[in-house]
Amino acid sequence: MKQKLTKGRLLIVFALLTLVLSGCGEPFLSTLIPAGEAGQIAYDLMILSTVIMVGVIIVVSIMFAVAVIKFRRKKGDESIPKQVEGSHVLEIVWTVIPILLLIILTVPTVITTFELADTKAMDKKNEDGTTDALVVNVRASLYWWEFEYPNQKIITSQELVVPTDQRVYFNIKASDVKHSFWIPAAGGKIDANTDNVNKMWLEFDNEKAKEADNLFYGKCTELCGPSHALMDFKVQALPQDEFDQWVTAMQTVDAEAAPQDPQAAAGQEIFNQKCLSCHAVSPADARPEAARLAPNLADFGDRTRVAGILEHNEEELKNWIANPEAYKPGNKMTGTYGELSDQELDQLAAYLMGLKLEK
Amino acid sequence: MSTIAHTQKRGFAGTVWDYLTTVDHKKIAILYLLAGGLFFLVGGIEAMMIRIQLAVPNNDFVSAGLFNEIITMHGTTMIFLAAMPLLLGFMNAVMPLQIGARDVAFPFVNALGFWLFFFGGVFLNLSWFLGGAPDAGWTSYASLSLASEGHGIDFYVLGLQISGFGTLMGGINFLVTIINMRAPGMTYMRMPLFTWTTFVASALILFAFPPLTVGLFMMLFDRMFGAGFFDVAMGGNTVIWEHLFWIFGHPEVYILILPAFGIFSEVIPTFSRKRLFGYSSMVFATVLIGFLGFMVWAHHMFTTGLGPVANAIFAVATMAIAVPTGIKIFNWILTMWGGSIQFTVPMLYAIAFIPSFVMGGVTGVMQAAAPADYQFHDSYFIVAHFHYVIVGGVVFGLLAAVHFYWPLMFGTMLSEKLGKVTFVLFLIGFHLTFFIQHFLGLMGMPRRVWTFLPGQGLETGNLISSIGAAFMFVAVIVLLINVVVTQVKNVKVGMDPWKDGRTLEWAIPSPTPFYNFKQLPLVRGLDPFWIEKLEGKTEMTPAEPIGDIHMPNNSFTPFMVSLGLFIGAFGAMYHVDDKGWAIPVLIFGLVVTFGSMLYRSIKDDHGYHIHKEELLDDANKGGTR
Repeated sequence: MKQKLTKGRLLIVFALLTLVLSGCGEPFLSTLIPAGEAGQIAYDLMILSTVIMVGVIIVVSIMFAVAVIKFRRKKGDESIPKQVEGSHVLEIVWTVIPILLLIILTVPTVITTFELADTKAMDKKNEDGTTDALVVNVRASLYWWEFEYPNQKIITSQELVVPTDQRVYFNIKASDVKHSFWIPAAGGKIDANTDNVNKMWLEFDNEKAKEADNLFYGKCTELCGPSHALMDFKVQALPQDEFDQWVTAMQTVDAEAAPQDPQAAAGQEIFNQKCLSCHAVSPADARPEAARLAPNLADFGDRTRVAGILEHNEEELKNWIANPEAYKPGNKMTGTYGELSDQELDQLAAYLMGLKLEK
Repeated sequence: MSTIAHTQKRGFAGTVWDYLTTVDHKKIAILYLLAGGLFFLVGGIEAMMIRIQLAVPNNDFVSAGLFNEIITMHGTTMIFLAAMPLLLGFMNAVMPLQIGARDVAFPFVNALGFWLFFFGGVFLNLSWFLGGAPDAGWTSYASLSLASEGHGIDFYVLGLQISGFGTLMGGINFLVTIINMRAPGMTYMRMPLFTWTTFVASALILFAFPPLTVGLFMMLFDRMFGAGFFDVAMGGNTVIWEHLFWIFGHPEVYILILPAFGIFSEVIPTFSRKRLFGYSSMVFATVLIGFLGFMVWAHHMFTTGLGPVANAIFAVATMAIAVPTGIKIFNWILTMWGGSIQFTVPMLYAIAFIPSFVMGGVTGVMQAAAPADYQFHDSYFIVAHFHYVIVGGVVFGLLAAVHFYWPLMFGTMLSEKLGKVTFVLFLIGFHLTFFIQHFLGLMGMPRRVWTFLPGQGLETGNLISSIGAAFMFVAVIVLLINVVVTQVKNVKVGMDPWKDGRTLEWAIPSPTPFYNFKQLPLVRGLDPFWIEKLEGKTEMTPAEPIGDIHMPNNSFTPFMVSLGLFIGAFGAMYHVDDKGWAIPVLIFGLVVTFGSMLYRSIKDDHGYHIHKEELLDDANKGGTR
């Protein structure tokens, strides 16, 4: 009976804490509103440790407050208090109790550390070298992200597209300086190193994704230069069938096709002259990694942000192309294509905004 | 220079010269306090600029590149040039007195340590005026710091190298002093806690700084001579830098916090009129924290990709540190329990420290849970955590020490009234600034961002945080006013100004004679001065008859040795730009340094003696100066 009571109380504490914490932040960004299994694991551990620690704080604070209030010196009191040396019993109590509390925390910590590092599914290769698990190669470069789907043989950037309700596996590395790959709502981060490839998995819950309008925010969390703060990316978490449609549409993009609109066609001309040496508009970009110097723009028209941060409209796109330095200081695009006239900007914008997938 | 008479009043230039050449631990302490205080203000102004920039979304108060320079210099300055020197200052001022010594073991090296730190710090800060400060964060992770253009990182590497030598010397000096120079009867288990923490922190310095030195040298060679230690294209590895940095960096936080623990362990018994509860377990906990401090560095690298085995081991090891820290917290509370608590300004800081530090400590344990840390890491949660421990622990400790030891160092008492104003403002500002940052981090705000976009739920928290910072800023201004007013009024207080002093430093006349103890005291137990007072005595029982005292001569050599390295560093740095004058300047600087060292080696300097008669004469006049 007594046990039940304490359990009940604990549950109430948990529930209250969850309620309070879930009021924090936006569903597309906050770690306190986990959107999938990996995020949930971290969240549960955070809540467990918070409950233990809030308990510790309360106990210490009460002892502390009583001591400070009860034993304050009265005016004119010149007495000498009893000089106590210590107490073995108390010493043992406050050594053993913290150890027990830590053991409670240690066990799930170790178990989940291994669970989150379980990327065995990535190694189960089929005969043609593909995997059954969805794998995405993430490559971080100064202020932009590339997402390569090796099984599907498509490349996109700045906007990661993933299916919901399944584990998505990532190979993560950096091409210039160290970055870190973090989708707060979906789970913990892992560094994009220049030395090695790091692996991790994340999962996006379909229901939770809907609450966030199927669009999560991703961040770079390792200082990488002036525009570190602006190295955002977005994650579209789609139901499996919509994801499959997206893959098919990406695989059938004809990058060579000339747009109908003459304005956009002129833009394509400019693009091919000035931009194509770094950017690509074909999702099946066959160039080696080192030659892919800038984000792949294959489905640019479908994206939600320009350069990861600006609102997605022609006006902002033109502002960005005209002077990228003003928006992302230190980026690698500034000054690589010379001055563009207003007319050229209009044409380029029309072309880029027209780069949409067949629906 | 061989008599007491020379210490009489002299002109301004004479005073400056005296401080430039001094080898007296008390004056070196004042130098540390001045220089550390200055750098603390510089770091504080940088902090204010950070909070102004982040007060509202899309702010353009500073540019992105400048912001990175500011955060780098804020962190580096506060850790290396403010917190650590200020603590070294108090160690210098108090520790030799606490163990009943006439000075540290190597007074010359003590002065050398200060000047190296000072010139290293000045060199680092000159980067602001010479083409830009370092901009790769205080951790200066290798891939970014190698990619960083300009000389910022070179300033970081050379400046920290020079000031690091100084700190290392200071640490060794304190170790030797505590091992060799304790007064008769001052056994290890009778040493005051501040001396114990100084001892352990010095041992940490001894073992933690060499990895940093190695790392900085590798970085220096990579940047200046094209070596490839951290260059992946040349077969180097950037993760090595992370290991080297954190093998230094984690003990470094204990180098900072342990002396602060020591200060609180002096303040709390004094103003509770009660001996420290569980003294031996406090000593044990201090040593254990110091030891474990070397076992946990990789918890700063949980997201680097070391794998689940390493992460799990380091997670468990890190959690273990909570146990000795908890022991300390409970012992402090039990020291107050049953005591007679007087709320002086130092005691207020000690009281505020306990809950503040517990909050910082528990978030530390939360981060030790590796899978949770994958979320916390490099977010504002981390910023909140380490400011809770460093401001709530170290800075509170320093502020307590400033008020507590001011009479010991300067013979005057800081205004309690203004002190309380500072305390209240600082406490409010501190919690206002940093508490909300936990939630900013959890809500998805990465650290080291120069701006944030609207519409991500981060606006309110950042604004609150910036308002809190303003409170702290005002609090520091009030403290400065307090210092100036107190020194202008110059009302001298006598010996044992807090009335309840327990340890040896309060048993000597104020101002402290430059030879500290006319006769070395006989220590009869823990809290020796308290023991004597309980028996109705007003001073310590001497352990020796009055005799001649051997004193070291002042020396300008430490200044010159350090100046040489300072000059040479410019040559080393601009050599990369193929400047014709660079190599000659480098050589000139090294000649100054090694020439000064040679001069020191071949010149006989036996110091001087204060004769018995002078001491007796002096005693009749009632102290010196």
